[in-house]
Amino acid sequence: MIKFFLMVNKQGQTRLSRYYEHVEIHKRTMLEAEVIKNCLSRSKEQCSFIEYKDFKLVYRQYAALFIVVGINETENEMAVYELIHNFVEVLDRYFSRVISSNGARSGESTNVPSHSEQGWTKY
Amino acid sequence: MALKMVKGSIDRMFDKNLQDLVRGIRNHKEDEAKYISQCIDEIKQELKQDNIAVKANAVCKLTYLQMLGYDISWAAFNIIEVMSASKFTFKRIGYLAASQCFHEGTDVIMLTTNQIRKDLSSPNQYDTGVALTGLSCFVTPDLARDLANDIMTLMSHTKPYIRKKAVLIMYKVFLKYPESLRPAFPRLKEKLEDPDPGVQSAAVNVICELARRNPKNYLSLAPLFFKLMTSSTNNWVLIKIIKLFGALTPLEPRLGKKLIEPLTNLIHSTSAMSLLYECVNTVIAVLISLSSGMPNHSASIQLCVQKLRILIEDSDQNLKYLGLLAMSKILKTHPKSVQSHKDLILQCLDDKDESIRLRALDLLYGMVSKKNLMEIVKKLMIHVDKAEGTTYRDELLTKIIDICSQSNYQYITNFEWYISILVELTRLEGTRHGHLIAAQMLDVAIRVKAIRKFAVSQMAMLLDNAHLIASNTQRNGICEVLYAAAWICGEFSEHLEESNQTLEAMLRPKVTTLPGHIQAVYVQNMVKLYASILQQKEQAGEKEAAQEITQLMIDRLPQFVQSADLEVQERASCILQLIKYIQKLQIKEVPVAEEVIALFAGELNPVAPKAQKKVPVPEGLDLDAWINEPPSDSESEDEKPKTIFHDEEQRHSRNRQPEIDEEELARRREVRKQEQANNPFYIKSSPSPQKVSLAC
Repeated sequence: MIKFFLMVNKQGQTRLSRYYEHVEIHKRTMLEAEVIKNCLSRSKEQCSFIEYKDFKLVYRQYAALFIVVGINETENEMAVYELIHNFVEVLDRYFSRVISSNGARSGESTNVPSHSEQGWTKY
Repeated sequence: MALKMVKGSIDRMFDKNLQDLVRGIRNHKEDEAKYISQCIDEIKQELKQDNIAVKANAVCKLTYLQMLGYDISWAAFNIIEVMSASKFTFKRIGYLAASQCFHEGTDVIMLTTNQIRKDLSSPNQYDTGVALTGLSCFVTPDLARDLANDIMTLMSHTKPYIRKKAVLIMYKVFLKYPESLRPAFPRLKEKLEDPDPGVQSAAVNVICELARRNPKNYLSLAPLFFKLMTSSTNNWVLIKIIKLFGALTPLEPRLGKKLIEPLTNLIHSTSAMSLLYECVNTVIAVLISLSSGMPNHSASIQLCVQKLRILIEDSDQNLKYLGLLAMSKILKTHPKSVQSHKDLILQCLDDKDESIRLRALDLLYGMVSKKNLMEIVKKLMIHVDKAEGTTYRDELLTKIIDICSQSNYQYITNFEWYISILVELTRLEGTRHGHLIAAQMLDVAIRVKAIRKFAVSQMAMLLDNAHLIASNTQRNGICEVLYAAAWICGEFSEHLEESNQTLEAMLRPKVTTLPGHIQAVYVQNMVKLYASILQQKEQAGEKEAAQEITQLMIDRLPQFVQSADLEVQERASCILQLIKYIQKLQIKEVPVAEEVIALFAGELNPVAPKAQKKVPVPEGLDLDAWINEPPSDSESEDEKPKTIFHDEEQRHSRNRQPEIDEEELARRREVRKQEQANNPFYIKSSPSPQKVSLAC
């Protein structure tokens, strides 16, 4: 079960947050701050799955933007990892031609390298 | 009037839209809060306008602000107004705001029911779509009950766009209003064979989630899913179906047997790592449930372990993590298959990534043997030193103790080494597992007689350095170790070399800062130590030394008598009196040590859990016979009393009922009649039996 979906920049500011369970507003900010701290302190060689409290975080970095998804233990971590990439590709296809007016809506203008095909790629 | 309109439209020109808001916030980095409260005031003004476009703009900005952490529940009614706009773009803004901010506690949610119903039956598919998407986030049991039928009809809509959304939202509706599942289920099943792949995968998703909660009801669908699994090429759907099978196999072993082949095929053929991982997981689940040890299953286990090894060896950290995670599942039922990969796991222990190290730690449990235990623990201790102040260190600590103590210390060859490891662990600050270390020390010292001397000398050292440890007095902190140290020194004081010194260490004033339960143990064991010292001195004929010790105790005990903890106070007062009495005897030159020692005679041995069963039942004792007369049936109807009076009356009546025979009854009747005749206040009513209960 996906608990929440966050897009955060390197300075720790939330660009997009979507919660799939009801969480109090002040708890949200605390949660986001802690989650971001955990993700920012990881280096490039470390794996994208963090065990945090009683659920897991799956995160991916795209240029200056972090996308973090909180999942519980019934979810396949690798599938969520690929879901994040899927989401970014969709955004890329949808917004890449309409940068100026929708740049703000989709958050900070990200230099997402556009992939020409959707990837079920071998790692 | 006209002027007002012109003024209004000029004002509107200066309204900020969302982009301006975002830009403004970024430009006001220093006084962001002030700027935002200014914007909120402007938004409140805009919400008072009649123009729906203005309101929609305001709600759009509010949604963004909510994401930044500002509460917008005060605008709930305005959001509903925007939801009821006729233009799609405004409606969409309203539903988005509702999905972000409405929850079960929002009172105005009921007002949305009719609006949503209207949108659901709208000719415009996008209106319906946005209503469905928004509803899924804030559906309540009432909304679910009212709208379930509408959504069910939408599942058979002509447009797949709508069908897909309707199917997905049915899951939420089922969660909130379970009675809707029964009528909707046949239609849901139909959607599994829908021509549109999107609708089909939506149906698969919903049924998989439902089946996870209650697998029994969905076993009948297994053949259908089997067909889907073998025919589908969509990896997302395959992952869900395989997960579903993983949930169903514990209930139906034949299903498991049938699955192994297609799953192993998938494992060999797929190039998608997530699918591979899911297949491996499910194969493990199947094999665990089938764990009857059939020959071809060991081949499947080998295949899984092989594939996992490839994953772990991969340079991609994510795959390593997943490989280790799956291995630990296999470890629980087939530890031998995993043992051959010991070297790989030990390598992972040195990995830079903490998540991977944690997973490798879990696996270590099954990997230790007598030969490599010391080496592994040494490695872990190096990690412990490096990992300052993290939860990882606590994990390490628990792991070290778990590994060493598993199977009744099966793998420890040298207990003295173990005690020294435990003492080294006490140097860790800020741990929450002090009681674990303490429990281990006690356990080992009691059960392994041979090392008691060594243990006692180490504990005496700990007590001497107690001031280092005592600074950290949090619950379950490392000061718990002093509990163990004091007890061991007291109980096995015959092994102590410098009893005097240890006794003095226990009597230091700093001890009173320790938690109460530890002080209590200190006090108790002080006396044991004192007793053994007394005996030593009297046997050596050093009367003065004996009296000195007694005086020392009398001097220092009062600080414990004044303790705030009741247990400590009680024990200290008892012991103080005892020692004063001993002092009096000592002055009269009566040898008293023997009697004092007798107070602590006898060794407490650990008792095995099944020991009670081994005690032979003595002759003539029937453990099943009643000790007292069994209570009569009427008494056994022991209802909880409704009032106090009721209870008393019941009890009286019950006490009278047993053992009444004819003569008794007649005699009592006579007595009663006599009383009634003599009682001037007794009203002679109809001869109805006296009702006992006065309960009202």
